[in-house]
Amino acid sequence: MLKFASHHRRELRIDALFSLPTYVLSIGNEAVTLKHVRGLFCKECGKEYPIAPQHVCEFCFGPLEVGYDYEAIASSISRESIASGPRSMWRYADLLPTPAEGVIDIGAGGTTMRPAPRLAAELGLKKLWIKTDAGNPTHSFKDRVVSVALSVARSFGYEVAACASTGNLANAVAAHAAASGMRSVVFIPSNLETGKVAGTVVFGGDVVPVDGSYDDVNRLCAELSGSRPWAFVNVNVRPYYAEGSKTLAFEVAEKLGWRTPDAMVVPIASGSLFTKMAKGMRELHSVGLTPEPHVQIHGAQAEGCSPVATAFAEGVNEVRPVKPNTIAKSLAIGNPADGYYALGEARSSGGTIESVPEESVAEGMRLLARTEGIFTETAGGVTIAALEQAVRSRAISPDQETVALITGIGLKTIEALGATKTTRTIRPRVEEVDAALGVRGEAV
Amino acid sequence: MSVQVKVPTQLRTLTDGASEVSGTGGDVGSLIKDLDASHPGLGERLLDDSGQLRRFVNVYVNDEDVRFLDGLGTTLPEGAQVSIIPAVAGG
Repeated sequence: MLKFASHHRRELRIDALFSLPTYVLSIGNEAVTLKHVRGLFCKECGKEYPIAPQHVCEFCFGPLEVGYDYEAIASSISRESIASGPRSMWRYADLLPTPAEGVIDIGAGGTTMRPAPRLAAELGLKKLWIKTDAGNPTHSFKDRVVSVALSVARSFGYEVAACASTGNLANAVAAHAAASGMRSVVFIPSNLETGKVAGTVVFGGDVVPVDGSYDDVNRLCAELSGSRPWAFVNVNVRPYYAEGSKTLAFEVAEKLGWRTPDAMVVPIASGSLFTKMAKGMRELHSVGLTPEPHVQIHGAQAEGCSPVATAFAEGVNEVRPVKPNTIAKSLAIGNPADGYYALGEARSSGGTIESVPEESVAEGMRLLARTEGIFTETAGGVTIAALEQAVRSRAISPDQETVALITGIGLKTIEALGATKTTRTIRPRVEEVDAALGVRGEAV
Repeated sequence: MSVQVKVPTQLRTLTDGASEVSGTGGDVGSLIKDLDASHPGLGERLLDDSGQLRRFVNVYVNDEDVRFLDGLGTTLPEGAQVSIIPAVAGG
């Protein structure tokens, strides 16, 4: 590994990559060892593959998944070994595809999870927790997946990190690439929120806005991945990338004293995070860290892009793609690759997949902020609105201990809240304060 | 209709490594039959046992996913650009 280009490296400039010589496409052919990983397998037909930068079954096009030696993990992992590990997501390295030569750890994970009594009271729940990934290095859960993806990509010999992104992933890829000395090339829909664009550009690397939806951008990257020697984190190294999401489930269980909650609410874009939460909970049990999980997993989509919720409501397994038109841009994936699996996980867990009205997204953001002091982005607004809806319909009963996942920070999507509402501007005089507050009718 | 078809890396063992091949057909279904005749085995890689597009296969005609059009019945204008692309997860 890392041998491929030692004498070619200076030629690997981004602008030179559009006419690639064939040698660079051999990246990933070197044998790479990942701790406790047996290889990849197809989720559809079960065909097995060696560890490689490959995401699709060559026979049936099914997605590839990382397969572990759980017996070996069970014999080496313990609550104590985890507790003595780093305070980042890498404390769970035994359950991640971990390269022997080290990982790119800029501090993802170890985020806050705390009781939310005021929101619980407002919704009529007895016990509610909010797990928020706003505290990650680039303020969303994408730091978790990117930390894994680029760690593995580097061990394959890649020097360029790339992705299609709705924004949060772009931030995480650019930051991790910068911190590890990799180059980044990030493709985004041209209509992204300013905060997400600025939060990518600042890390250097190339940011390429594409005139199209996320699905168009994703398609472009899928095509590019066949001809560029780049690690597209959610394409050719996707099996490893997706594993990073499990650490959210691990942190939830550890916080609860190594048990799982009764219910969780998880936003759905591609469906990857949703399915990995279920996988993570199962893995903890299979390696002896938790009792058998009985957790209902509820999905959250906004009405303007709710293909998985629609399939759930119709009782079908096929997810029909849609053209997204939602305020929740980080969830605007109209053709969700893991939608089929998310449906299966929701149904088998006894959960639901909620579709919430677009106008409830900003209301959800405000409700969480007002009751718990947490400023989430639109995806979090969708999650809170879905939680509210699920409680109202009794899909989640009042006595179920519930965890809602807040996957990103509100500062990236301030546009969703509309005009900022303040009192009128006053002069710095005490007597003007009451008058100004009176304008809003608030108690003084 | 004669069209150009972009082939993903996963199928290039069937096209002698070619990333783009030519094919003919009035619609996507007949195009796949034609491609299977000239590149044996390609049909079963794209279609499931019931003859439908596999769940994780995306086919685009001039940048539009055929699932938004008429699926395998989507007509092919002369000179259309067809792309076969595996589904990928997002973020």
